[in-house]
Amino acid sequence: MNSFPIYLDYSATTPVDPRVADKMIPYLTHSYGNPASRSHCFGWDAEQAVQLAREQVAALVNADPKEIVWTSGATESNNLAIKGAAHFNQGKGRHLVTLKTEHKAVLDSMRELERQGFAVTYLDVERNGLLDPDCFKEALRPDTILASVMLVNNETGVIQDIAALGALCRKRGVLLHVDAAQATGKVDIDLARLAVDLMSFSAHKTYGPKGIGALYVRRKPRVRLQAQMHGGGHERGLRSGTLATHQIVGMGEAFAIAHAEMGAENERIRMLRDRLHASLSELEEVFVNGDLERRVAHNLNLSFNHVEGESLLMAIKEIAVSSGSACTSASLEPSYVLRALGLSDELAHSSIRFTLGRFTTLAQVDFAAALIKQKIGKLRALSPLWDMYKEGIDPGTLQWAAH
Amino acid sequence: MAYSEKLLDHYENPRNVGTFDKGDASVATGMVGAPACGDVMKLQIKVGKDGVIEDARFKTYGCGSAIASSSLATEWVKGRTLEQALEIDNAAIALELALPPVKIHCSILAEDAIKAAVADYRRKHPGSAQDNPAGELPGAN
Repeated sequence: MNSFPIYLDYSATTPVDPRVADKMIPYLTHSYGNPASRSHCFGWDAEQAVQLAREQVAALVNADPKEIVWTSGATESNNLAIKGAAHFNQGKGRHLVTLKTEHKAVLDSMRELERQGFAVTYLDVERNGLLDPDCFKEALRPDTILASVMLVNNETGVIQDIAALGALCRKRGVLLHVDAAQATGKVDIDLARLAVDLMSFSAHKTYGPKGIGALYVRRKPRVRLQAQMHGGGHERGLRSGTLATHQIVGMGEAFAIAHAEMGAENERIRMLRDRLHASLSELEEVFVNGDLERRVAHNLNLSFNHVEGESLLMAIKEIAVSSGSACTSASLEPSYVLRALGLSDELAHSSIRFTLGRFTTLAQVDFAAALIKQKIGKLRALSPLWDMYKEGIDPGTLQWAAH
Repeated sequence: MAYSEKLLDHYENPRNVGTFDKGDASVATGMVGAPACGDVMKLQIKVGKDGVIEDARFKTYGCGSAIASSSLATEWVKGRTLEQALEIDNAAIALELALPPVKIHCSILAEDAIKAAVADYRRKHPGSAQDNPAGELPGAN
């Protein structure tokens, strides 16, 4: 039995796992102390809970708990890493490198640094969404202080070769920041082996609560940042503000569950994703956006040619997904990530991102596939571009008046 | 985005979907928009000997508002003379469907599709200007 709508937008956010919620609640009502209170057991209990969570987060990525700094989420982590490292190291150089397909939290932090006089190189990716390491190597300059590359892309789910990029950066004395918001619980991360200096995490993409995240800051060799939030000197002065104990406990538990279950969970999700893909591939003119092999198991980003994304979303309101179509955003521009992969505007407008997760079932996937196939048929029967395609005319070769 | 009931009805049960035979002399076609912009409308009219639009068909690639706007346009042009059809403006379409501000361009596209179809008809029938006393043929060049 399916209950509706079916949620297939796990890369937007995930539900809090009930096991996580259970752990959080006592820290709202009972163990409500301030972890910074050193003079009584309320504070000591909270401090102990925060310490356990720090160990749980560190364990998932094989880091030292002392390397974990709590933040409000991956956006804040990205801001602190990029601006904090740039400000601290500006005596060494004022150049940074990133990708055009990064999250807005990275791109807008870079834009802010440009306003402050830093120079930023925004690298193109290949047609499959992956970065060519040679292209990255050429972009590093003597005055480059930091590179920021995401591990898993939020739209396409492709996995960048962080190990290779880290080795290049280490050799050139460039700090490497990695946004891993979409990666935790989906790919193995071993910070003892990866030459990564800073890594951003979010709880709510991994079945934890919204409003909490963390930044990994390497200790050996030591990475130094300039704080962006000033106050009581919490988190070794890197991020002031009273720690949100219940949120932190939730993130710790969520990451501990991910650590214990990710192997089996990813196999199950991959099977469901492949089933969805196989079923939708029975339609004509369906294209996968981004590399299908070097991609997390959860993501399927497809373009249904000659059908506009928002009209498809309206037709499949029984399932919750997102689209790269301009019509679903306020900007009227199609997805900049898909455009960076070299997709035509038309194919970007026709894209749908399906992201599966822990609570996705076989029945849900089968329902979604059948519904989409039916509605694509209906919308293509409405589409003049589909008629042209069927008559052997490529709409892309015609002269169209922009409007 | 919350859409009006009328818009959703036109989107879910679009009127007059289809294609007329292009070889039929009484048929004229207007195609406007661009795939790169996310919407393309094709509107066809069938005009009687008396200069009245007897029937209309459309096909649209675009968002729900674009589909609904073109569906509504086919309903409104029927029974009108060419000149009366040209009086349909985007504001009336936007009002009828309660289009949100970011979707106003869909109603403009529908108005343009009507104009393009009428211009196509006049191009094919240069002597059919009797409904236009001033003799000015918009778009006929």
